[in-house]
Formats: sequence, structure tokens, C-alpha cells
Amino acid sequence: MAIKTITGNKAVAHAAKAARVKVIAAYPITPQTTIVETLAEMTEHGELDAKMIRVESEHSALAATLGAAAAGARSFTATSSHGLLLMHEVVWWTSGARIPVVMSVVTRAIGPPWNIHVDHNDIWDQRDSGWIISIAENNQEVFDLTLQAFKISEDPRVYLPMIVGLDGFILSHTVAPVDIPEQEKIDNWLPERRQPYVITPESGIVMGNLATDENYYMMRYSIQAAMVEAKNVIKEIDSEYGEIFGRSYGGLVECFHCDNADYNIVIAGSWSGDAKEAVLKLREEGYDVGVMRVRYFRPWPDEEMRGLLSRSKGVLFIDRSISFGGKGHLMTEALTNLPALANLPAVRGVIAGLGGVDVVAEEFYELTKKFIEEVEEKGRFYDPLYWHIPMVHREKYKPRLPGYELTCYKR
Amino acid sequence: MYVEIVFHGRGGQGGVTAANILAGAAVREGKWSQSFPHFGAERRGAPVRAYARISDQPILRHSQITKADVSVVLDDELFSLVDIAGSVKDNGVIVANAPSDFTVKVGGSQSLYCVNATEIARELKLIVAGWPVVNTSILGALVKATSIVSLDSIIAEIGSYWPGKPGELNAEAARRAFERTVKCI
Repeated sequence: MAIKTITGNKAVAHAAKAARVKVIAAYPITPQTTIVETLAEMTEHGELDAKMIRVESEHSALAATLGAAAAGARSFTATSSHGLLLMHEVVWWTSGARIPVVMSVVTRAIGPPWNIHVDHNDIWDQRDSGWIISIAENNQEVFDLTLQAFKISEDPRVYLPMIVGLDGFILSHTVAPVDIPEQEKIDNWLPERRQPYVITPESGIVMGNLATDENYYMMRYSIQAAMVEAKNVIKEIDSEYGEIFGRSYGGLVECFHCDNADYNIVIAGSWSGDAKEAVLKLREEGYDVGVMRVRYFRPWPDEEMRGLLSRSKGVLFIDRSISFGGKGHLMTEALTNLPALANLPAVRGVIAGLGGVDVVAEEFYELTKKFIEEVEEKGRFYDPLYWHIPMVHREKYKPRLPGYELTCYKR
Repeated sequence: MYVEIVFHGRGGQGGVTAANILAGAAVREGKWSQSFPHFGAERRGAPVRAYARISDQPILRHSQITKADVSVVLDDELFSLVDIAGSVKDNGVIVANAPSDFTVKVGGSQSLYCVNATEIARELKLIVAGWPVVNTSILGALVKATSIVSLDSIIAEIGSYWPGKPGELNAEAARRAFERTVKCI
């Protein structure tokens, strides 16, 4: 065991190294670049026995990663934002081929206008692609999730590629302590590479061929079945990781005082820590409130979310993304369980922090307290699109947000 | 114990590295820490910021720091360009690379500690690309002013950043700054 004080991006590189990846193919993009820079240094210094493939675009980066993985090598890539969108076609090729691959997505806003800061619209854009999608809260979890991703993805019950999300700059460029277990312990825990088939010059396997409609349909069914099975695998690996390495996070979600709380926040990513701080303060003041932190967006934590919605008086969803013309992603996903609910809580869907707009713990405190007080006063309500006005820029944003438009036009 | 620190420097002066060394030194003492650059465009010579958090408990929050407990200023000219006093709490501490007779307006109960880090860099010939290296010595001054971490931890962390001769020179700079830091206000 060694504690290293490193950025989230370095934590990713150390996890890929600890998993003994054999092939890395990537194209630079802010804020991801230092992941592959670090891996390039590790291979150049002989610390990591892997082949770096330099490519001309992210589309090729994932294509090369998929090719190497199909040939039997544990393969890794990393990207962000526009890079992820450019590789989107190959994202589907990879999951459709059922080839285990691990990819880091350093979450970042999508332009225009140009913006390199944190936002979840890029990672959630992969929602329907058949990849397992996870997202970390801090640098330690970045390391742990990335390492676990290889085992989850290569589990024969799963055989699906996996994304590990980490928030751009907020984790990728923030230095914090990360406990890196001994290599021998990792080697004993992480099995040799497993995959459904291996392409070699002799194997005679052809990928991406024309299938009958019925075969296509059944292969789609098999991805969905693997996703359902992945829920068990994720929980199993989370708990065995806890036994061996001392850190377990709770599976698909992390429940922070959410077991019996009347009110709960649902949130994902690095700002969950700020929300937790707000919750601790509110609890001190006598408010019965908790946080359910979404660690896996795919497979979606249906059972956990259903339980939370059934037992809560109010649930506050906080999304760092929006499906235009729709709503925030976490809220949309959670409410697909509506018909199965015993009780309906009050629900507010907050949109905040798009394009890296900072939201501090004090704002989570304010948002949550206001929500609780409104529910206590009015009872159940549904307020799906609540645009949070950032504390530090109240005057700047106010006239441009809904509800304030009218005064603006009148003037 | 929970301390937030903001580093004011010029792009290229090593404010981010100073914040990282401080965070590493804290971890050496079994504390928890974070350090991060201001998330914006950076240009060599332009005023830039970096931040650190140090605590004896795990640090949950990741948001930016608006009012720090301690402000570290790598170039005294920044006082006329940036609202340094406004970046620190009312009872906060400012540690500046400035001569000991330096005077500047700070907040009512804020205190100012000075060390001539530029002079120390010149003495030790710690000059990189024409710029005196002040980011390591200023950490010695920070330790003297606040005792957030020990000088030994800072020196050990400097050594792991730059093994060999450069590390020794930077460690010596931190030592000299520690000795020469005075309370200006």
C-alpha cells in the first residue's frame, strides 16, 4: 500500500498500469490529455509493458482499442467531450461486438460555445450504447472504479465495455491522496484477460457481418440481459474489493444517510461531496435528509431508486446535464419507475453547474433547505425543471433565466 | 483543523506546484489534502491562482475557494492588480514575497508576513528561464507564519519532486525563507 498525492488523471493512469493494460490508443483532448501523457511516460520508462498507438482522431482511438481488445489484449482509452462525440459510432461497435474495453471519460461541456469545464452531457450521451457507465466522486474512487472496471467488463456474465467517468478539472486536475494497493495483491485479485472470442489470423472470425433481423434482435436482447446481470457483478466486485482492499462504496449507488431519511438528494459525480457536506450541516440542525449518490448510470439502479422514492417525502434531483426539450438525466431515469411506486414523493429536478459553473456546499444547503421547507408547507408537488441561479453570480444570471424573462422583455 | 489556502502568482511562477507540494507535505503528516489550479485560461506572466485545502478529516467538498484562511502571494506587484485582501477571511493571514519593510493595505484584523524570496533565489542561483524560483521558498515562509505543516514535511516533499541537487537547492531556499520570514502587519 502506498499513498500517492496525485491528480484524478494520474489516478486513472496508475489504475490502468495496475491492471497491466497491454494496449493504449488515444488522442489528446482537454482535460483528458494528462491521462495518456502519464501512460506514455510509464511505457517509455519501462514501468508499463504496453503498446501506445498514436492515432489521428478519437474515432480511430477507440477503433484501435477495440481491434487490440478483439485480438485478446487488455486495452484502454480515454477521452472527453468532443472526442467522445467523435468516437460515438465506435462506442456502439464495441458494445455490439461484446468486447470488454475500459475507457475513461473526463466529463466536459460540449460546444459551442467553447467550454472545457465540467458538465455531464458528454458522458450521459452514451446512455443507450450498451456500455456500463460509472462516475466517481473523488480521486480514490477514480482509481478504485478504473481498476474494478477491468474485472467487471471482462466478467463472462457481462462481457460489455465500461466507461469510468471523472469530472473534468474538479477531479482530473485536482491533487488529492490516493491509496494504491500493492501490485501483488492486485495481481492475485484481477484475473487474466477473459473475453467471448479472440480474433487471430487463424481464427477465421469475422466481425460486424450482416446478421438476420432475428439474430440482431436476439443479440440486442443479450446486451440487455448482460446489463441486468452486471448489477450483481458490480455489487459482488464492490464488496470483495472492500474485503481485500478496504474500500467498498455500496454498489450501483452510495447511500449517505439515505436509508431512512424523509428527504433525499440524488446526485452524481464530484460535487456529491459538497452535497454531503450540506446534508451533514442540515442533519445537525435537525433536518432528516440524506444523499443517494448515483455511481452507475448504466445499468441504472432501478431497485435502489424505487426504494428511495417510495420511502421519501421529497426527493431533490440535481443534474449537471439536460436533455433539451426534456429534463435532467438523473431525474428522468429515476422517474421511469413511477408506476411501480407505492408512494409518490414531492420531486424537484434541479439543473445546475452546466459548463463548470461552480456550485458550493453552501448552495446545496440553501437548495435543500428551501425544498424541504416548501414540501413541509405545500405537501407533494412536482417541479421538474428548476434552474439554479449560482450564488456568486446572482445578479448576472437572474435576468436571463426563466421566470425572470418577463421583466427583462418589459424593460 | 480545516484550512483553505489560495496562492496568487503569475503564470509560470509555480503557484500550482507550490499548492501541490503543500498538499503532499500534509499527506506525509497523515492529514487529508487537496490542491488544484484555478480552472481558467492561464498565460505566462498573467495573474493566476491555485488553491489547497488541508484537514485532519477526509475532505468532502470539491468546489472552488472564495474566501481562504491563508493567502500566499508570489509577487508583491500583484497587490496592485488583484484584490488579495478580499480573497482571505477577515482574520486571515497573508504571506507575501516582499521585502521586510513592505507596506500594503490589508483588512482590519488580517496579518501580513513577508519574506524576500526573490533575494533568496538570487543568492542560491535558483533562476529558471530568467525567472527567480520563489514557489519553494514561499512554502518555508508559509510554514513559519501558520505552522499548517512542518518544515521537514515540506523539505521531504520538495525532495521527492526534484531528486538530487535541484531538490537540495529548493529545500535550502525553503529553509532560508523560514528563517527570514517576519510579520510586517
